[in-house]
Amino acid sequence: MSMPEKLYFYPVWLRIWHGFNALGILTLIITGISMQSSVESSYFLGFNMIVNLHNVAGILVTLSYFIFFIGNLFTPNGKYYIVKPNGFLKRPLKQAYYYAWGMFHGMKAPFPLSEKRKFNPLQKYSYVIVMYLAVPTVIITGITLMFPEIIIDKVYNFSGVFITAILHSVMGFFISIFLIVHLYIASIGKSPLENFKSIITGWHHIH
Amino acid sequence: MKFSSLVIALILFCCTFGHINAQSYQNAKHHQCLKCHSNQSYSFFNTVKNKEEKRLMNPYFILDTVALTHGVHKQFDCTDCHSSEYGTYPHSSNLKLEPLSTCLDCHGGDKSFATYQFEKIDVEFKKSIHYKVYGDNFTCSKCHSQHTYLATARTSSNVLEIVDYSNKMCLSCHNDMKRYKMVSGHENPKLVEVHDWLPNQELHFQHVRCLECHTDVVDSLMVSHNILPKEKALRKCVECHSANSRLKASLYKYQNLKMRSESGGINVVLANESYVIGSHQIPILKLTSILIFLLVLVGITVHSIFRIIKRK
Repeated sequence: MSMPEKLYFYPVWLRIWHGFNALGILTLIITGISMQSSVESSYFLGFNMIVNLHNVAGILVTLSYFIFFIGNLFTPNGKYYIVKPNGFLKRPLKQAYYYAWGMFHGMKAPFPLSEKRKFNPLQKYSYVIVMYLAVPTVIITGITLMFPEIIIDKVYNFSGVFITAILHSVMGFFISIFLIVHLYIASIGKSPLENFKSIITGWHHIH
Repeated sequence: MKFSSLVIALILFCCTFGHINAQSYQNAKHHQCLKCHSNQSYSFFNTVKNKEEKRLMNPYFILDTVALTHGVHKQFDCTDCHSSEYGTYPHSSNLKLEPLSTCLDCHGGDKSFATYQFEKIDVEFKKSIHYKVYGDNFTCSKCHSQHTYLATARTSSNVLEIVDYSNKMCLSCHNDMKRYKMVSGHENPKLVEVHDWLPNQELHFQHVRCLECHTDVVDSLMVSHNILPKEKALRKCVECHSANSRLKASLYKYQNLKMRSESGGINVVLANESYVIGSHQIPILKLTSILIFLLVLVGITVHSIFRIIKRK
């Protein structure tokens, strides 16, 4: 019986970034929901404290995003995020079919991870959408909401601040949903905790 | 007899008609009062010195004729409220001591003004810090100039306009040392400094009224008139920044704004001039987000159950 192959998937900078980003995003989600719904947050933290916390976490996550962005630009990690036109829809659908049906019926993972492939197509697509669309949108709208006087007063008949705030919360909500699915999918592996161990140690087992 | 009554009536009509024409605010130059009170200076014949003189007008007695022609009392002439003896110059010094009609003298108990609730406003006002500090001398006109007042909160469909008009009433004294000191006896605090705890101060000042935090909100009253002492002013963000925002009982309760928000659906929601975090929740987006969240949870639960059954 051969030993499972181990791959060094997550370099140190990426793991630190990932952990830091996770904490930041969690803080943003909790404080964001608290601000938006204003469930009497003052029971544990006052509204202004929540706002300050959200602002600080927002700035930290923005800085952390730049680390990710530059890291992906200048290290080999960036290549995992390149979407190829070949099988643009077919490949993620195949992966989705595997998750929904195949994995329960003896089907082998259609896109086993290797040195060349760190993410399966569905993973890659969702990461690209979140990291290159949702997060930048949330960052831009978030920074402008921090300085609302720079926002255009009226976009046609709509309030600029209102549109910015809606876009910010819709994207924030999308990221929250991503986080839930991300955590759940991460539990699919040899054992439910295996992938969580990998993102801490950096080593991923190929079975 | 009948004929003479008719003649008298006709004469009266002509006089009144002539009077209105002569006294029109539109034509300040020919208005007996405004020809002086709408200018920086005025001329008169000094009978003691026996010569024509030109003097500066007291700046507090100069009237804005444009605002006058738009104000709620535009149909009244000066002497409807002020003594007709003001028609001669120099004005008799005793005239200044005569009491002027108060708002309630005309508006109190009048059914046609019932919606304005003048009596209730009076009750609320008497609880306010303004009344406690200055008593009966703090008349309605300290804030609501009878000459130029507009019922903006009732007529405007623009929140920012309502806010601006209302805040200017407060600032006319609270940002004016002389006027403030006359009532309070001390200098006015610097508003920017005393509000420095408020984040995005400028935006708050543009989008909500001073009244929002500085009055005791009374649901049944259009505009709360119980101005609280500064120690009792609101300093709790969630009072406005919540689904049950106090703004809904004050600034956003006005029918003219409500009508607009109830008739136009989503476009109207989007057309709001302002956005209050926590208060402006869009029901459709809230429902959609809850549904998506529940669907994700159901999906994960079903998938987990299959994974447990299939030991995957």
